[in-house]
Amino acid sequence: MKAQMNIRSLINRDNNIVQLLVMTVLIFAVMTALSPDKFLRYYNFESITYIFPELGLLSIAMMIAMLTGGIDLSVVGVANLSGILAGVLFHKMAGAAGIADAGILTVLLGGVIALGTGLVAGTVNGLLITRLGITPILATLGTGQVFTGLAIVLTGGPAIVGFPTAWAFLGNGKILGLATPFVLFAVIAALIAFVLSRTALGINLMLIGTNPKAALFAGLKRERMVLYSYMLTGVLASVAGIILSGRTNAAKSDYGNSYLLQAVLIAVLGGTNPAGGRGTVLGITIAVAALMLLSSGFQILRFSNHLIDFIWGAFLLLVIAINAYKNRTR
Amino acid sequence: MALLRRSETVIAGILLLAMVLIGTINPAFWQLDNLFSLMRSNVIIGIMAMGVLLVLISGGIDVSFPAFAVAAMYLTIKGMLALGYNGVVLPLLAATLMGLAFGAVNGFFVYKFRMIPLIVTLGTSAMVRGFLLGVVGTSMININKMPTALIDFARTDVVSVTKADGTTYGLTAMVLIYLGLALAMHLVLRYTMIGRSAYALGGDPEAARRAGFDLRKTIFFIYCVAGALAGFAGLLHSGMIWLANPRDFVGLELDVIAAVVLGGASIFGGRGSVLGTMLGVFMLVMVKNSLIIMRVDTTWQLVVVGLIVIAATALSAWRDRRRAA
Amino acid sequence: MSDGFIELRNIRKVFAGVVALDAMSLVIKPGEIHCLAGENGSGKSTVIKIMSGVYQPDGGEILIDGRTMPGMSPIEAIAHGIQVIYQDFSLFGNLTVAENLAMNVHLGEKRRLMNWRRTRAIAREAVARLGVELDLDAEVASLPTAGKQLVAIARALMSDARLIIMDEPTTALTRKEVETLFRIVRDIQARGIAILFVSHKMREMLEISERITVIRNGRKVAEGPTGDFDEALITRHMTGGDILNQPYVWTPPPGPPPAPRLEIRGLTVPGKCEDLSLAIRPGEIVGLSGLLGSGRTDLALALFGMVPGYKGEILIDGAPVRLRTTQEAIAAGIAYVPEDRLTEGLFLPQSIKRNMLATSYERLAPKLVIDRERAEEMTQGMVRAMQIATPTAEKPVMQLSGGNQQRVVLARWLLTDARVLILNGPTVGVDVGSKAEIHAKIRELAQHHGLAVLMISDDVLELVQNCNRIVLMHRGRFIEDLPAAAVTEETVSDRLKTFT
Repeated sequence: MKAQMNIRSLINRDNNIVQLLVMTVLIFAVMTALSPDKFLRYYNFESITYIFPELGLLSIAMMIAMLTGGIDLSVVGVANLSGILAGVLFHKMAGAAGIADAGILTVLLGGVIALGTGLVAGTVNGLLITRLGITPILATLGTGQVFTGLAIVLTGGPAIVGFPTAWAFLGNGKILGLATPFVLFAVIAALIAFVLSRTALGINLMLIGTNPKAALFAGLKRERMVLYSYMLTGVLASVAGIILSGRTNAAKSDYGNSYLLQAVLIAVLGGTNPAGGRGTVLGITIAVAALMLLSSGFQILRFSNHLIDFIWGAFLLLVIAINAYKNRTR
Repeated sequence: MALLRRSETVIAGILLLAMVLIGTINPAFWQLDNLFSLMRSNVIIGIMAMGVLLVLISGGIDVSFPAFAVAAMYLTIKGMLALGYNGVVLPLLAATLMGLAFGAVNGFFVYKFRMIPLIVTLGTSAMVRGFLLGVVGTSMININKMPTALIDFARTDVVSVTKADGTTYGLTAMVLIYLGLALAMHLVLRYTMIGRSAYALGGDPEAARRAGFDLRKTIFFIYCVAGALAGFAGLLHSGMIWLANPRDFVGLELDVIAAVVLGGASIFGGRGSVLGTMLGVFMLVMVKNSLIIMRVDTTWQLVVVGLIVIAATALSAWRDRRRAA
Repeated sequence: MSDGFIELRNIRKVFAGVVALDAMSLVIKPGEIHCLAGENGSGKSTVIKIMSGVYQPDGGEILIDGRTMPGMSPIEAIAHGIQVIYQDFSLFGNLTVAENLAMNVHLGEKRRLMNWRRTRAIAREAVARLGVELDLDAEVASLPTAGKQLVAIARALMSDARLIIMDEPTTALTRKEVETLFRIVRDIQARGIAILFVSHKMREMLEISERITVIRNGRKVAEGPTGDFDEALITRHMTGGDILNQPYVWTPPPGPPPAPRLEIRGLTVPGKCEDLSLAIRPGEIVGLSGLLGSGRTDLALALFGMVPGYKGEILIDGAPVRLRTTQEAIAAGIAYVPEDRLTEGLFLPQSIKRNMLATSYERLAPKLVIDRERAEEMTQGMVRAMQIATPTAEKPVMQLSGGNQQRVVLARWLLTDARVLILNGPTVGVDVGSKAEIHAKIRELAQHHGLAVLMISDDVLELVQNCNRIVLMHRGRFIEDLPAAAVTEETVSDRLKTFT
């Protein structure tokens, strides 16, 4: 009985989720119809599960920044910097055995450095926004440049190639038959969804985004909460960086440049209100899935990657138009 | 007293200070050929910044102009090659009109659906770039194939100096085009109703509606002009660097917006001036170009620019807060 | 046949099932100063928008000079000489006074180019017509509220206005500025232009207007020459309150008198409040009133931790506290229900439950995770206790009526185990029935739960009926501390009138 009520309240609460699901199913159907034998292959979906998590994490990070009415344009810079710093560590500590066989401790240290980078970066963003009062779009514009710039300085330009096998496992391996990054994503997404709906921090963020003034009068620790949210965003970005460098066995200062735009698009498509106060992990997840299916389908049809960008952009504008139209007639 | 308080004066002061600083570290900065080169670097970013300024004043943000610029540029060059046309005026006109058309799409979505300009322009940017690279092509057109008339036009100098060793350098005439467009924008912003309507819209959209402004005209004008300027600048750029690269201008939006904000425009709308923007652009370009002259490794370029953006925005946040108090 | 310049006859207006206006009638004679009196939420704003053509009525008709105007648009209204000065003035803060003034002329003439010399000339003339001094080159955002209002009035006068509607014109003005405004209004009237003041500030309306119409719940409930009314009567019509309550009596508990629940000694907020001292015992409901600029809201904010730079002492139950943040105030047991419920109190799109629990989430999640059962318990308990009319607590709070919304805000604070309750305008925009219930609830909280209540209000009747003491404030100082039993509505109003 309770489960039934929950599902119904879920659907009622978020028409958007239903819309997204319908869209996903439609995309799936269309892609299948266009290339039935190639699209429906297990291998195809499996490769999606390897690429999906990076973008998914970055999109969730973007959503969290948007919950309080802000935005984080530095997430890709943070992701790359995290991967690069870990890579630099690994290369420095490469013993006689070589990088690939680095011990588990080294790998853990690399992980700590990467996550630490995300945390520090997020803290910097949060402080610029809450203490100095810089508007989020400009603050993260600047820090994004700085982080990417630091990445360039550290690498001198080219990529850092070669990561420990254990590290690569995070991006390439399998756990219980499922792609490791996908498992990581699922766990993290579930955690974030939990935090947003079941902890004081999560609900506070929604309230702050809905009405910052009322949040002040309700005694919410606005600055502290916003700071935490950017720290969380930073850490998520660094996890994306870990997975990215693990999967490609390399870290570069300008990887995933297109991810930034896509993360914003997905956040908005996934039902996040850029002005604050609304956003769900579920929505993001479905939106990423939909767009990955779209990309995959078009890739199989031999569409170039660039054309897929075109389609993502068109999709966003279409969804905006539909939503606006629906709201008008209400 | 009022002159001292104006933000343009402050920025000019900071700019002067920076120039003195750089010049002290390396007096080669003050040499004419360096200054000419600096001014040359201002042209394309400056022209685009005029469009961004207009959008920012109206309370919006445009991140699609680099995509429009590169698309208009590449399509025009390709068209010229296909038609065997070698000229200057018509291609520039074509590129401008293309940019205008792209901009109209922005205007349509912003006006009709009242969607946040940032999101709309992100979408159109993706569409245009995607289409360009996916359908039209990714190959660079280099100097062998570039239409010569365009290159010759871009090569014209206003002033030419011959050095002792026989080489010449000069101040490109393109600077005049930049200054002309800047002047035009200033006149529009200050002396036309549609320019004032941009300020009104950025100041208080609801009041603008009530006052009876034709916001449809205003919004379309703003985004079409921004697009047109981007298209024009794109083609001019290819003439100046003798290259048509469809992957060009990536990441430029952040630089230009930073420059415009540096120049005193408010990101919330309602404030900004051409003079301030020109100063902001000059500052940005100068910092980027001067790193070499200051013997700073170019790898540090992004970091420096980023830090300047942060410092400038922190300052303007402080200024805006004092204003509101 | 109407002898009015503009008349609304039996106007009906419905928004998404909510009746905003129901058989509303209003007649304004040419060149008269008329006041439309009503509380927030009574339908005043809707009347303004209908008269200016922004909304079309769903029933009834509008007549101008005796002719019906079906489907009047804003442009037609302006063409007929109807000008509205909104509360926010609809000015462009980022533009100069001159440009704001000349704007309508430029737009009206459909010019393409901006002639600054002409702009200055137009502006200079407009300002001269008004008989005031204004810096034409000043950015409007830098002007004080009174200055902005002058610009708005000057602008309204520039077209051939026949009626100027002013929405809550005196809300943010000092006494002196109000006098300037009234002088200007009389000048305008002398030119044959009618003025409609839409307000709930009775004292001033009685001073300036010739006729009064009172609106309540979307209907006209009273109308007549100003001489027929006095403050008490208007307020009663506006609030519908002849709430036949017993006045609130506070009986000190037996035994030695307890330390005051809330005490302030020499509280000073630089520029706003000067050397305030007050003691409120558990169970007391102390009323606080005063004109604009008296510092009452600043006092409340200081008590709520929003003015960290205050001087003086604050004691809760005899123990001194230093309130530098809202969190510290809440921890000390202070609750504040703000003036503007919609922008300061509520998270409109969020659920009733979330709004209620907003301040309590930290407490509900001692170990990071929110205790959902307890949260639901608390919510349901409050919905019952506060008698909030709703089938479910998941509904967005913006769907509730004003009265129910206020109850949600009150509920939020009750959940924090507050010991001091500061209310700023607690029943503004609340329907009569809810008003009585909210008053009853406040009394119950004071009497049975021992809260110390500070009630700030402009509604003298509300104070006289629900407080055991009334404090009057003026220019940052306490002027009077009267036992409610010793005063009536009239005596308090009269006393307030003597403040200049």
